[in-house]
Amino acid sequence: MTAQTTIAGALDRRLLMDRSVPGRVALTLPASDVPLQAAPSADLLRKGLDLPEISQLDMVRYFTNLSQLNFSIDTNFYPLGSCTMKYNPKINDEVASLPGFRDIHPNQPDEQVQGALRVMFELQHALGEITGLPGVSLAPLAGAQGEYAGLLIARAYHESRGDSARTVAIIPDSAHGTNPASAAMAGLEVVTVPSNAQGGVDVDALRKLADNRTAVFMLTLPSTLGLFEMNILEITKIIHDAGGLVYADGANLNALLGIVKIGELGFDICHSNLHKTFSTPHGGGGPGAGPVMVAARLAEFLPEPVVVREPAAAKSSLSATSHHGDAEPVEAHHGAKPYAFAYRLSRPPKSTGKISGFHGSFSILVRAYTYIRSMGRDGLRSAAENAIINANYIQAGLKDKYALAVDRYCMHETVLSAKRQHARGAAALDVAKRLLDYGIHAPTMYFPMIVEQALMVEPTESESKETLDNFIQVMRQIDDEIDRDPALLHDAPHDLPVSRMDEATAARKPYLRWQKSG
Amino acid sequence: MTTVNHPYIPSTDSERAEMLRAIGVRAFADLIPDIPREKRFPKLDLPEAEPEPVVAAAMAAIARQNVTPGEYACFLGAGAYRHYISAVCKAIVSRGEFLTAYTPYQPEAAQGSLQVAFEFQTMWCLLSEMEVANAGMYDGPTAFAEAALMACRLTQRQTVAVLDTVDERFVEVIRSYSSHKGIKIKIVDSHNPALPADAAALMVQNPNVYGAIEDLAAHSKTAHAVGALAVAHVNPTSLGMFKTPGESDIDICTAEGQPLGVPVSYGGSYVGLFSCKQAHIRQMPGRIVGRTTDTKGRTGYVLTLQTREQHIRRERATSNICTSTQLIGLMVTAYMATMGKSGIRQVAELCYQKAHYAAVEIARLPGYSLPVKGVYFHEFVVKCPRPVAETNRELLKRGIIGGYDLTRRIPNGMLLCVTETNTRQEIDALIAALREIGGAR
Amino acid sequence: MNPPELKYTKEHEWARIEGNVATIGVTHFAQDSLGDVVYIDVPAAGAEVKQFAKFGEIESVKAVSDLFAPLGGRVAAVNEEAKKTPELVNKDPYGKGWLIKLELSDQSQLKHLMDAAAYTKLTASGH
Repeated sequence: MTAQTTIAGALDRRLLMDRSVPGRVALTLPASDVPLQAAPSADLLRKGLDLPEISQLDMVRYFTNLSQLNFSIDTNFYPLGSCTMKYNPKINDEVASLPGFRDIHPNQPDEQVQGALRVMFELQHALGEITGLPGVSLAPLAGAQGEYAGLLIARAYHESRGDSARTVAIIPDSAHGTNPASAAMAGLEVVTVPSNAQGGVDVDALRKLADNRTAVFMLTLPSTLGLFEMNILEITKIIHDAGGLVYADGANLNALLGIVKIGELGFDICHSNLHKTFSTPHGGGGPGAGPVMVAARLAEFLPEPVVVREPAAAKSSLSATSHHGDAEPVEAHHGAKPYAFAYRLSRPPKSTGKISGFHGSFSILVRAYTYIRSMGRDGLRSAAENAIINANYIQAGLKDKYALAVDRYCMHETVLSAKRQHARGAAALDVAKRLLDYGIHAPTMYFPMIVEQALMVEPTESESKETLDNFIQVMRQIDDEIDRDPALLHDAPHDLPVSRMDEATAARKPYLRWQKSG
Repeated sequence: MTTVNHPYIPSTDSERAEMLRAIGVRAFADLIPDIPREKRFPKLDLPEAEPEPVVAAAMAAIARQNVTPGEYACFLGAGAYRHYISAVCKAIVSRGEFLTAYTPYQPEAAQGSLQVAFEFQTMWCLLSEMEVANAGMYDGPTAFAEAALMACRLTQRQTVAVLDTVDERFVEVIRSYSSHKGIKIKIVDSHNPALPADAAALMVQNPNVYGAIEDLAAHSKTAHAVGALAVAHVNPTSLGMFKTPGESDIDICTAEGQPLGVPVSYGGSYVGLFSCKQAHIRQMPGRIVGRTTDTKGRTGYVLTLQTREQHIRRERATSNICTSTQLIGLMVTAYMATMGKSGIRQVAELCYQKAHYAAVEIARLPGYSLPVKGVYFHEFVVKCPRPVAETNRELLKRGIIGGYDLTRRIPNGMLLCVTETNTRQEIDALIAALREIGGAR
Repeated sequence: MNPPELKYTKEHEWARIEGNVATIGVTHFAQDSLGDVVYIDVPAAGAEVKQFAKFGEIESVKAVSDLFAPLGGRVAAVNEEAKKTPELVNKDPYGKGWLIKLELSDQSQLKHLMDAAAYTKLTASGH
């Protein structure tokens, strides 16, 4: 970002419409090659159409310059807690843009898209294996949608048993905001269970809340405090004894790969954010993918589609026991035997239905599948172990300067509290903004809400020891700056294209699109 | 501790040992005391890691198992559409600074993404002639479903009227989104749309499930007459030519963003476009980017009106969505900008011209007819002499991916889509093939 | 700081009683904890509100707070100026930042409200 620092004042932020010059084009198209057809009557047609007119180079330059105003994983350390900003391998993008994946149409019959369905089938297998929850639907388009799908499954399960009075979702006070929002969408009443002093679920309080109205208990594992729930087996038993289901918010699944299977801990349902744990790019805020995994007895309720394999077809290459390289099981290509197919899309018998237009975030699913193959079973476990070691290394390097939310070994992320810094005049926000000046993205701030001045740091396994050491050093230096020169924090960031923004005016007088007057 | 050396994991064994010492533990397992011992380190039934060249070759082989449009002429639409995407758009979208950034929570470090989102909102407003837009939803059908929920919030009513010319797949998504909120869905006759007095919205698809153009302005009047909102789900390419939702007094407009520069990619990832009247903005779901200034008076962009969202309002949020599908929004933005004023119009006209040429010629074939009356854009229903699945299998043998099977609505009905990517040669081949297939009866 | 002539709730609303009409707003403490107020949602004139029931919402950039009616009655007027310029609530919470005026349904409800001294004590104890 240094180069821009000096010219920030001259940075041309004009919008495309303000750069538009009548007559310029960025692309031309061939003229129509069919005989002229009768036009529809004029009253059906639109009148004007205002869109930019820009030359091709100016277009490329505009977007390229904009891109350089961003922090990104490719350019910066990005220790954003609960977001798992790990390296997004380039091969994943290349594979997703192969014509055989990029250009296939969602309405093509199954026999024409056997390769795509195979990828989906094997990804289902892998996710079922990693979580220990073998029923998998890849349909949800994001974590929040996977969570919603999971709650629909829980409701359908209870209703199928005539247990329709179960309309309560119990959610810890440390939960992410999507949990209660999704529960409300699913028509569930939200009841909050407090955390104990060690950052875990208050088991006694949970025992009192769990009853014959409990539909589901939603737990993030590891928790949003970066801790593994110490009473996990007891917790899942309490809920099961009350007749409820246990839902795992899989946002933090990166800590558990090959370390423990969620299904073996008593969880019935979980979702996974492929854009976190499975390395697909965040894209500046989506697209994600949020497959939902369930215990076998719940599989009949999964949203459609689920990819099934016809009996006697080829074995999965994403299975250690049946791995026969990549012998192509079916010749579905170019006519030879185009209708002998092995995989098909199906709707589970008591499916909660369609939750989106087609079959899921396919371009993301391909990337996650590619990642899992690249990592292999040992690589996945190694990712989790290194992510946990890296987080603890940062925690150990900072705990004398920054208070810990809970002083225990953490999993993949550590939640610091800037309360000592706050007492000396610098809030968590100031520390976070100052990090930007050092080229490091801010940690997640003020979350979980139960921690005062929270700074949630998740380094992931992708970062080298030098990067972690540099981060520790910068955080310690920022702590020193509070007493030496507090303005360095209060006015931070100093060296970015903009300083702190007037968010109050943005909300009071919403200005949400280009206007002619400018 | 495993000793896998992997290109995605930099730490070496000796560095790990050093870090564990600094943490103050002897081994990795000391860091996970809370995980029940008997549950630790389960066996995963997954293969060993594959090096990149192996993965690349394996994935290319799997990709080749698909029948790929482009190698085949393709006349499939019905929710996803093939259009030419400029190399400019592809280059812009592959910038790592866009691709690998997170949601722009730190505006100082995300002005690129934020300004793109503002451009996205701007251009979708300009194209739909609606007053305000959000920064993007998951896809078209989920945006349409969210619009139904929004209309219920705004009107404090619990019945959603859906025109019978709306694709039943969309209706099912609306049902998935609304069923547990006590919202009823009522399908109404498009010829005589009698709305229940307690309708929150009239939901219309344009062009409709048959590819035909609806009279949006008339539907708006029908909705407003009973105090309901008019919600239109439109094909954005059609707006290059046809009357806009804004001009038709539509209250909430949604669209599948895919036709605007997004590869069909077997149905995802796409982006839902969402715009509405200014007055309804506080009930609009999703992320919204606004313009403001920094402490030095410089113009910049931020996420705004965030109190609507789940991370603040939790169970009372407008939606649980926490993405704007920004990267696909970038594709759409780059596409609209690159096509520009003349290109968007030209694409629509090319689609219209080629589709009409194809339709007129197919209607002349013995045994084929166009059963749906009315004006259409780039999709139309053909009633075939033989079942659609059978016809499509015959077409595939001739190198053509045929249309969408609409038998559920029209016996032997095939919805064909023709876009600017279909050449005259392809269309003539389709016509010849259909003639042959129909005659072979 | 908290005007002595006003009545207060533990939810940090105040009421100024003039005859049968009460002007309602939020306290200095409330606006200070919320930060920059950006939006006010209150019912239109004519609406009925019940004492201590939720009657609206007030939003800052990153928080939403429910508004609870100190007294029951019919909304007689809404401060359109404050709706247009919500920063008035920050700048002048007891004056130009008022929210609504109520025609009271039951004067005896006044006895359930705090006086300034009691309210000041409440906020000093950290609630």
